[in-house]
Amino acid sequence: MTGLVLDKISMRFDLPDGGAVQALKDITLNIKEGELMSVLGPSGCGKTTLLNILAGFLAPTEGTIELNGHYVTGPDAERGMVFQKGALFEWMSVRHNVDFGPRMKGMAKRERDEITDHLLEVVGLQEFKEKAVYELSGGMQQRVALARCLANDPDVILMDEPLGALDALTREKMQGLVLKLWKETGKTIILITHSVEEALLLGERLLVMAPRPGRIHKEYQLPFAEHGVDADLRDVKKTDLFGETRDEILSMIWDMEEEIMGRTEGAA
Amino acid sequence: MLIAAIYAVIFVAAYFAVKAFTSMREARHDFTSLKTVTFGDESAVRPNRAASIISVVSIFLIWGAFTGSSITPIHVPGPFLGETEFTYTAENAAGERDDATVRVIVRPVGQDVELPEGDGGGGGFALDDSVAVGGGRSSLIQTGENDAGADEDGFRVVAVNGVALEPEVGEVDIGDGSVTLSRRGTVRFTPYAGWQMEKIWLPAPEDVWVRLVEIARDGYRDFTLAEHLGYSLFRVLAGFALGALVGIPLGYAMGLSNWFRGWFDPIVEFMRPVPPLALIPLVIIWFGIDESGKIFLLFLAALWIMTIAARAGVSGVNISKIHAAYSLGASKSQIMRHVIIPNSLPEIFTGARVAMGVCWGTVVAAELVAAEQGAGQMIVAASKFQLTDIVIMGIILIGIIGYGIDMLMRWAERILVPWKGKG
Repeated sequence: MTGLVLDKISMRFDLPDGGAVQALKDITLNIKEGELMSVLGPSGCGKTTLLNILAGFLAPTEGTIELNGHYVTGPDAERGMVFQKGALFEWMSVRHNVDFGPRMKGMAKRERDEITDHLLEVVGLQEFKEKAVYELSGGMQQRVALARCLANDPDVILMDEPLGALDALTREKMQGLVLKLWKETGKTIILITHSVEEALLLGERLLVMAPRPGRIHKEYQLPFAEHGVDADLRDVKKTDLFGETRDEILSMIWDMEEEIMGRTEGAA
Repeated sequence: MLIAAIYAVIFVAAYFAVKAFTSMREARHDFTSLKTVTFGDESAVRPNRAASIISVVSIFLIWGAFTGSSITPIHVPGPFLGETEFTYTAENAAGERDDATVRVIVRPVGQDVELPEGDGGGGGFALDDSVAVGGGRSSLIQTGENDAGADEDGFRVVAVNGVALEPEVGEVDIGDGSVTLSRRGTVRFTPYAGWQMEKIWLPAPEDVWVRLVEIARDGYRDFTLAEHLGYSLFRVLAGFALGALVGIPLGYAMGLSNWFRGWFDPIVEFMRPVPPLALIPLVIIWFGIDESGKIFLLFLAALWIMTIAARAGVSGVNISKIHAAYSLGASKSQIMRHVIIPNSLPEIFTGARVAMGVCWGTVVAAELVAAEQGAGQMIVAASKFQLTDIVIMGIILIGIIGYGIDMLMRWAERILVPWKGKG
């Protein structure tokens, strides 16, 4: 079976004070190959934990993850990761950041350079190939991170708020770039975000998670990503359906936050 | 006190002088000069170059002024030198009084002069004297040696220049110095000492320079100057290299393994606060004053600093970088080589700078205690012979070399880890 299959993932760990946290409970998901899925939820709902489990950095206490027929037990090049910031290697040039994966695999230099040149062109950084990454702006650095992830040709790309640290304008441009890369490469992409608009734009499928315990609250199938590939993202945002869905999800998350606040206050 | 006051006056005066001078010139118009809030904005505080230069020059000026140096036009008053005289009144056993004159030639210390004729004049039982004394030193003058009846009981000096004096009571200012009577009634003359330092306390800057040239040419205590400094540097480099060689891998191991961290934490945390100087006696007991002892001491001085720096370098790796490298398919050894080591280099360089500073200080101290050659040995040997100029020369050279080491390390850091602080 192809695709990513999560079977009853639960995550529970002990706290130093004797208590325990149920970070995730019975997450069951079937993510098809080439799907673009965004995950949204109030803080503390376990979405980053879920992503770390998918990446193989954390082991779930219960349940299994299968990717293309084999179990996920640790980090692997088949599951690439894009972080919010600070994950580039600042002692390497842009080129060496991008070809890090192929280089570690021992790929020949000619082949590597071809991949690097191509990807830097796709993300629009071909002129910055020999620059140090710390000389680049935040948006450019995230382009490098995308290119570095793609250079390794992973089956699944996991993105942990990849555009969270960018300013609004750069963020909009980068959202377009993510859509373009998704369409061109046909990769499975799972993206975590805090922004409802971003989740709507960058998710064929949108997962709203609820906290305590972290679980799937609601799922949407959305047309905006498909529209956004060719159209201006701002036009997509202006449609009535976009507005309605956004308001619905916003009030849903708002209610969850209220509930958390109430519960904490009640406990105190 | 006086020197501190003079220094403060120069500090303030130079400030206003430079301010007046710069306000006459066209002001700069870079960004910082447009800031109105500078008090509290550390980035707006730039060292005033004029202040730095005046600061160094004024240290030499004050040094020169207080040592009668030829490099400064103005000197504080020196000790009185030349000829002076005073009259004393003696009373003999019979109770009669008579005056006589003492001519005093104050000569530079260590220099001989011929005494003028004219002793024994003056008539009566008290006769005139001529003596030579060293500048700035108080001396007893045996006025009674040529006086008649001076060996009888009751003969004593009762006044100087007409002012009554008792043994250890009263003091007469004769213009170029002061006269008192010792406990046994002998005349004690103290010529005016002035403000200048004697060579034995503080030699003039040019004396130090002359000594530097001389020692650079002829060496000191069987070793050339280059050998003295070279030995010290060699010990520092050898000790530091060994310390880094052991400390860096140890620090990495402590940053990467629970077992290593648990095993070495108590040792490192215990040894870290022990000043290397406190280990000198033990090292001498173990190794004697051999080369190996000093290198071992410096090895210990550098070891803990480098261990902690490497450990901090590993724990300072952003976990996202490690995760990213794993997701890109890197193996553990590849992550070590391509992520952990480069990421820890800035920390290691900072540690190396601290370690070199500590080693340089420790080597000088170790040489002060026991060595046959080296910068510290040179100054401690010179101090035993009160060769203050060599001591000062040694201190200045030690300072310059220490500063030079730090500059070199900073330069190397800029070249080798340009990404420092950019992550």
